[in-house]
Amino acid sequence: MNTARRTSGTTVAAHAVLILYTIIALFPVFVILINSFKDRRAIFRDPLGLPNAETFSLIGYETVLKQGDFFLYFQNSMIVTVVSLFLILLFGAMAAFALAEYGFRGNTLMGLYLALGIMIPIRIGTVAILEMMVSTGLVNTLTALILVYTAQGLPLAVFILSEFMKGVSDDLKNAGRIDGLSEYKIFFRLVLPLVRPAMATVAVFNMIPIWNDLWFPLILAPAEEVKTLTLGSQVFIGQFVTDWNAVLSALSMAILPVMILYVIFSRQLIRGITSGAVK
Amino acid sequence: MTSPTKAGIRWHIVVFLAPAVLVYTAVMIYPLFATLRLSFYSEVDQNRLWVGLQNFRTLFGDAIWSEQFWNALANNAWFFLIHMLVQNPIGIALAAILSSPRLRFSAFYRSAIFIPTILSFVIVGFAWKLILSPIWGIAPGLLDAIGLKFLYQPWLGKEEYALTTLSLVSVWQYVGIPMMLIYAALLSIPDDILEAGECDGITGMAAFWKIKLPLILPSIGIISILTFVANFNAFDLIYAAQGALAGPDFSTDILGTFMYRTFFGFQLQLGDPHMGSTIASAMFVIILIGVCLYLFGIQRRLRNYQF
Repeated sequence: MNTARRTSGTTVAAHAVLILYTIIALFPVFVILINSFKDRRAIFRDPLGLPNAETFSLIGYETVLKQGDFFLYFQNSMIVTVVSLFLILLFGAMAAFALAEYGFRGNTLMGLYLALGIMIPIRIGTVAILEMMVSTGLVNTLTALILVYTAQGLPLAVFILSEFMKGVSDDLKNAGRIDGLSEYKIFFRLVLPLVRPAMATVAVFNMIPIWNDLWFPLILAPAEEVKTLTLGSQVFIGQFVTDWNAVLSALSMAILPVMILYVIFSRQLIRGITSGAVK
Repeated sequence: MTSPTKAGIRWHIVVFLAPAVLVYTAVMIYPLFATLRLSFYSEVDQNRLWVGLQNFRTLFGDAIWSEQFWNALANNAWFFLIHMLVQNPIGIALAAILSSPRLRFSAFYRSAIFIPTILSFVIVGFAWKLILSPIWGIAPGLLDAIGLKFLYQPWLGKEEYALTTLSLVSVWQYVGIPMMLIYAALLSIPDDILEAGECDGITGMAAFWKIKLPLILPSIGIISILTFVANFNAFDLIYAAQGALAGPDFSTDILGTFMYRTFFGFQLQLGDPHMGSTIASAMFVIILIGVCLYLFGIQRRLRNYQF
């Protein structure tokens, strides 16, 4: 009896703490979203009230869509993120396969070389990256961003994927070899399908930092036609500081795509983190 | 097939490795060393000249430069300290609560608390700027509701509070990461260890402090080094909330914003790639020291606790 009561007391306390923290985590997002649908007067008079028939207004969204080219920004972010992820997964899996499958000389050394980038942030090399992109004419192109994010994502991808590839059964690969499959076919047809869960983990880990990055778009691709959504909203909001409707709507529009991605991939992301892939 | 003694180059290995190694070397490793190298050069009469350690002498010796550098470094250290003292304990506490058996809705809490982590710094920076703004009045309004209105300050506008406020905003955003990693570590503790503890009468809080905490120390070590590296090359949040000048009066300037201003230029000051590289080199050394301390000091000692 006594223990039961104590347990339920602990449970209530646990829920109370978690609910409190959930409110702290979600409150700012909630405030931004509800106010983006209100007219200017209601934003200031009653910041915490939900939009109702009287205060509902889409004026902010109209300004945003008229002034900023948010569809272009969105498209740029999409291209950069998708192409970078594709290259990280393809190149990363190929290198991981080479390291996991073949005992060539310098294998360990190559593994260590590729792992260097896990701990050293690529931003340290920004000055030389910028000079390189300027001299190759890649500055203000999406290619520059894709190259940088691919290089940034590869070390962790190789590390995680080669751990998984070591677990693929040798019998399967040797059976393929006896059937006369080339090493390339063994990789693409037999091994890649088996490590798909690990590839998904790598993809989800890389997706959010690439989508959200401000530093490289700001430095390598600040031109209007190659702005990403993150940089685009930063610049837009900077210009419209006093137009609260526009700022709130721009923020909401920047939140939306990430939230959709999160809803789709959250199970994968959380499973990836909790499965210890980062260790 | 995989015998290393086979003669000749096995070209498929080269083909498998080449794309990753090339991109990684050309866009990451080469620029890293090129940047370190640039810090020993300077521009004299539009020519790039070798000047040895001159740039470092300027950075540490020149009154204007060194004052900015130490200010940024001290701010960065404070930024890191707040993360270690606030973010990680909260993350561990939340993970400990979430991992308690038979807790309902734990998947919901986990996903909800992780949401700020997926947002970009631009969103987070502006959202908090609006909420803390004295013009809008959400923060003073909320404090008023609990009778603490006198505590309200325009935190982001005051030199003495701005850095701490931004650190806490960053903590708010990133609590999800330590929470998830510690949660995973707590779940991986074998039940028999906890049951053995229960037989000896160690339950509840005591079980956490005496059994679980020592066992998750390696994860806490990983989180600490991840936080360290992330904090010492942070930039986005400060830039989004306070701009490149990291105001008020450089009180929120950290190494990332200092480097950005120096090499990229701002307002009337021209960018200087060589001094920018010098600051990048200093950041590289700081991060390297942190990583080495972790790898050779902390991690090795923590290994002893693992099963």
